[in-house]
Amino acid sequence: MIRLDGVGLTYGSGKTVTEALRGLSFSVPEGGFRWLLGPSGAGKTSLLRLLQLAARPTAGRLSVFEADIGRTPRAALPLLRRRIGMVFQDFRLLAHLSAFDNVALPLRIAGRPEGQVRADVTEMLRWVGLSRRSDARPAELSGGEQQRAAIARAVVCRPGLLLADEPTGNLDDTQAERLMLLLKEMNRLGATVLVATHNAALVARHPARALRLDRGRLVADE
Amino acid sequence: MSKAPSLRSSRLDDLGLRRALGDGMLPLLVAAMAFLAALALAGSAGAAALVRHWQQGAATTLTVQVPTPLLAATNAAAGTRLEAVLALLHASPGVTAARALSEQELRALLRPWLGEGAAASPLPLPAVIAVRLATDAADLADLQSRLAALAPGTLVESHGAWVHRLALLARSLQACAWLALAVVAAVAAAVVAVATRAGLAARRDAIEIVHGLGAADTYIAARFAARTTRLAALGGLVGSLAALPAVAGLAMLATPFVAAPAAPPPTFLAALPGELVLGLTALPLFAAAIGFVTAQTTVRLWLRRLP
Repeated sequence: MIRLDGVGLTYGSGKTVTEALRGLSFSVPEGGFRWLLGPSGAGKTSLLRLLQLAARPTAGRLSVFEADIGRTPRAALPLLRRRIGMVFQDFRLLAHLSAFDNVALPLRIAGRPEGQVRADVTEMLRWVGLSRRSDARPAELSGGEQQRAAIARAVVCRPGLLLADEPTGNLDDTQAERLMLLLKEMNRLGATVLVATHNAALVARHPARALRLDRGRLVADE
Repeated sequence: MSKAPSLRSSRLDDLGLRRALGDGMLPLLVAAMAFLAALALAGSAGAAALVRHWQQGAATTLTVQVPTPLLAATNAAAGTRLEAVLALLHASPGVTAARALSEQELRALLRPWLGEGAAASPLPLPAVIAVRLATDAADLADLQSRLAALAPGTLVESHGAWVHRLALLARSLQACAWLALAVVAAVAAAVVAVATRAGLAARRDAIEIVHGLGAADTYIAARFAARTTRLAALGGLVGSLAALPAVAGLAMLATPFVAAPAAPPPTFLAALPGELVLGLTALPLFAAAIGFVTAQTTVRLWLRRLP
């Protein structure tokens, strides 16, 4: 599902090159679950950007869904991205759209018929407990509700790969626990899941294999 | 302001372009461009009509002067000099009509120069024959020499030379009008490009989100192009309509120069030549096309910065 061989990522060019990741090698099988741990600035977000295909590796070889991302033509990347769901710490919902339209976005981008969009989004909003809030804009939703809308958007296309960057950062313990149950449910349904977090208590409650990063390098995979 | 829940994706403004590409400045600027384009079109159509009129009219007419018309021709069997010249003209290929002006017509022509006394002038007047040719390409030198052999002193005066010069001038005006149209189109494209880039900068976050969700360049470019196409078409329509009174007025003023002298003065809109009506109708479509192509190109180039 995911395979990295000596992957590096640098930002900028010339004198202002910043090395975010260096020499990463690991793999995650289909249906696997991984915590992504490490202090701030260790490269967790950069790694997630690579896996979300929001950046291409500047060194090494990255393959996602058996596609060599460094060599895949640019025009083929959107189809791969539609198989990847991503939950951001700051949610990244579109402020001018309702919760319904935000969740519907991946389906409409994929060109699904509107009848199917309505059915899937309604079902997804019920699953995350936002049925009564479907017409509300993000600014009218609480932090927890925004988080649930964001995860509904990430999973509405039934992605094969689900990525989450500090998904519990803005949530209290109860909501964080509820989110973990949603993520584990997706994993049980077959999705490969990677969750980057600082929340040690959460990791302790849900023990699983973890990738540990430090200063752009992989220091543990156990 | 409450917004109806968007149920159809085609109407869904997922990139928030209704605000980022507002309906104020862009249509206004495009309307100004369309107004200028309409004036240029009117100039071009007017110049074209003049060229056509001159070439059909004056360029194909000749004046033949025969001094002492009533004396016998070189070949006495041909009758008087005037009769001989007329007969030769009628027999020449390419001549569709040849008619000697009457005494009264001749005196009327001379009155501006000789005054009312022209009627009583003892000066011997030449006969003047108005000749109409099928084309303006007849061999006048040959005609001149054949006529002079028949009736020495006969002069052939062609209007073609100065008409050609005027036609050249009109064609240059036409070329200038087309050049102006091209410049206006380029400025309109630049205006759309600047507005599109401002929209891209304003909605960068939304674009990155949608791109991350798997939107292809086609999807994002289509959203921008739909917006700019509509705004440019609106501007083009407003500009053409605004130019209509000015253009129709110009066409009315030009009518006496291009229409048959006896034609009644046309009504306001009927003065517009058909090709100009077509051009004015096409302006909003052309503006829309500029809006579409420019936005598509600008957005696709910009999106290359994303992986």
